Amino acid sequence: MSQQSVLYDVPGPRQRRITLISSLVATVLLLVGAYFLIYQPLDDKGQFSLDLWGPLVDPSDENFSLVWERIGTGFKNTLMAAALAILSSLVVGTLLAMLRIQLKSLAQRRFTGLATPVSYLLRGLTWLLSAVTRICVEVFRGLPVVITIFFVARGFPEFGVTFDTLWYLVIGLTIYNSVVIAEILRSGMEGLPGGQSEAAAAIGLAPWQTTRMILLPQAFRIMLPALISQLVVVLKDTSLGFIISYEETLSIGKQIIGALDNPIQVYVVIAVLFIVVNYTLSKLAQYVQRRLSRGRKTAGTPAQNPPPAALMSQAEGGGMGGGV
Amino acid sequence: MSVLIDKFDVFAGGFWLTLQICVLAAIGALILGAIVAVLRISPVPPLRAVGTAYVNIFRNMPLTVVMFFAAFGLPALGSNADFLRIPGLDAIFNRLGTDLPYFRFALIALVLYTAAFVCEALRSGVNAVPPGQAEAARSLGLTFGQNLRYVVLPQSWKASIVPLGSVIIAMIKNSALVGFFGVVGDLSQTADQLTSAEGYAFVPVAIGISIGYLIMTVPLGALLDRIEKRQAVAR
Amino acid sequence: MRMKRVAAVAAAATLALGLAACGDNGSGEGTGSGGESKSFAAGSTMERLNKAQAIKIGTKFDQPGFGQKGLSGKPEGFDVEVAKIIVKELGIPEDKIEWVEAPSKVREDVIVNGTVDLVAATYTINDKRKERIAFAGPYYEAGQNIMVKKDDTAITGPDSFADGTKKVCSVTGSTPAEEIKKHVKDVATQLVLFDTYDKCRDALKGGQVDAVTTDNVILLGYIAKDEASFKLAGANFTKEPYGIGVKKDDTDFRNFINDTLEKAYSDGSWKKAWDDTAGKFGAELGNPPAVNRY
Repeated sequence: MSQQSVLYDVPGPRQRRITLISSLVATVLLLVGAYFLIYQPLDDKGQFSLDLWGPLVDPSDENFSLVWERIGTGFKNTLMAAALAILSSLVVGTLLAMLRIQLKSLAQRRFTGLATPVSYLLRGLTWLLSAVTRICVEVFRGLPVVITIFFVARGFPEFGVTFDTLWYLVIGLTIYNSVVIAEILRSGMEGLPGGQSEAAAAIGLAPWQTTRMILLPQAFRIMLPALISQLVVVLKDTSLGFIISYEETLSIGKQIIGALDNPIQVYVVIAVLFIVVNYTLSKLAQYVQRRLSRGRKTAGTPAQNPPPAALMSQAEGGGMGGGV
Repeated sequence: MSVLIDKFDVFAGGFWLTLQICVLAAIGALILGAIVAVLRISPVPPLRAVGTAYVNIFRNMPLTVVMFFAAFGLPALGSNADFLRIPGLDAIFNRLGTDLPYFRFALIALVLYTAAFVCEALRSGVNAVPPGQAEAARSLGLTFGQNLRYVVLPQSWKASIVPLGSVIIAMIKNSALVGFFGVVGDLSQTADQLTSAEGYAFVPVAIGISIGYLIMTVPLGALLDRIEKRQAVAR
Repeated sequence: MRMKRVAAVAAAATLALGLAACGDNGSGEGTGSGGESKSFAAGSTMERLNKAQAIKIGTKFDQPGFGQKGLSGKPEGFDVEVAKIIVKELGIPEDKIEWVEAPSKVREDVIVNGTVDLVAATYTINDKRKERIAFAGPYYEAGQNIMVKKDDTAITGPDSFADGTKKVCSVTGSTPAEEIKKHVKDVATQLVLFDTYDKCRDALKGGQVDAVTTDNVILLGYIAKDEASFKLAGANFTKEPYGIGVKKDDTDFRNFINDTLEKAYSDGSWKKAWDDTAGKFGAELGNPPAVNRY
């Protein structure tokens, strides 16, 4: 934020004049370019005619209320799928993160108090479990969400399990996002100063108590902005429901297009809808981040190691991971 | 399981096409993303506004919508994306002599969408450079351009490389959508084709497709992890 | 919170069951508004559906004239009307039908999995599909055709794609897409696949492809909407008998549907269904196709 002003001097009068002129020129160029390259070709094709836009923007149009009722249904379905997916991802992700942290601390134990075969068994089990969770994380993080959703929708019935399409979408999104959230939380916990868990051990907390009472709450706090940004990703990813015939905003849009033949107009409206909601969510994430960093300073909490850049950006950069 | 062997050429073809799209889109997105990033930190307010608007629009739209605009909006603007037909690239586009614009449309959509994230990754790198560096450069009398070129960028790319890597990984995964917008024969469409049109069993095909994507994403992810660990030590 | 919701759902479910039971009793007395009470052989699918007073039907939501979900949020078209005739014969009121979208590539799956009770979705009867499911009907015979721009004279039939220069569009996982593959020289550069025919039509209009291929009745729907731009390129080059898909071993239900179709042929409701829907596009209905009781 502040970086921008750091990069160049506060402009003097001459510089300001140049900036003003070049600003005006740039604006004019942009407008002219937009007119000739976008407005004119579209106008030539009649894309601005009220026949196509009417049902979407003109309340007196006979189809207006029907169209918006349908879009409303679709958007409600989108929000529902997103809400369910983010809730279940949070639950599963938290459990997964705790499990992985737990396994990591167990892996260092040698179980010396127990009989030799038992201790070997326990160590083998620990090793196996951490290998399995590791593989799950790598695989589900590496697969496109479209593919995961498609696999869930095709694969579950293959084994005789059938649900509504909503649940296929939610499960598909959960598989991917819980893994991402687990990694966000895990890196948040590992980024905490080692003194935290040492102090916890010193007052006699068991490893899982340490995770639950000391590490996890702090990790949630640090990672809250990243988690909110993950919500934007989930919201965008619900639009993939169209491949399994879940009636979210885009599928409904397709049906409206089938009836009214105005694809560009409908997609513009849908795009605006998504941009507004997601932009608001991103702003919320920024606000939370500011609040938190302010709170941290006054509370005098020890400065944490910054969480690894890859994970932060994976989440906040629109969760790239899924980001469709 | 025999489908994996019988149809190996189909899987390999899908993998190859996805790889081509991804490499081209990655190059394009890095270039466009860098331009947008410069716009976003430039001293001229309208350019800054354009950069910010670009990022906010493309980051908050589902890729499906971007794909749609590329595949159906561009033709409405009277363009078949022929401006991409520069020598060299053209050879890849015109596989076997016939020209299908959907490969180009898909490429444009991926580039436009990913560039917004590339821009943010680069900016996060710039932000990671301590402000004192830029201030010192300024007090030496360096201009905005010189400041970026000699002081900030050489330091920021190190901080950007890991976020950039995850952007590219995400893009590889996002490329799975191109099969729904007229590109025939990429990895994800191969799955659809083999299971629904040719009636192969679902599970082996799913395994084959997964392996195809994991070959591209997992090693890249592992590489990033290593770079990150090394950087953490260096810090 | 969670417990509360579960409890609420459970309560709602109980209530719904109770209501359904009431409705059942009502129609059992013969005074119900849903039509006359029917009796079916015990243990048959018909009896089960009639008892439940509910049915799930798979159809297309994006096929003008056959199954299209428009602004009303209810599917409309010939397939839908034919399905309604069958449902009426089962003694189930129309508003108890749950419509499920069944795009081309999942139609067998939804029948096999039991997601739906029957599928009426421009569903071509062929032997490969008969391995997994069974067909009643046919109730209509379409044929694959090619739609081109009005001023196009170069494409006259499927053989026009043999020289490898013309591009053709169809829908992923559909029979027409598989059929046209036999006629094109190079699939990778000549064939474009989308998820709906709308997109194919837009691509044809924009000039990205030279032709759209699928069953004639679907193409006629687009031509009827925009006669200035499109036309058919020639005669039908395949026969596509549309059937009603049901579970493979459910011969009783299949025979019941076949009987119903024959009844609809003779009492005129079949023709009326056509005239109200796809018939408006100017396609010919012809004589009723003989149902195939295999």
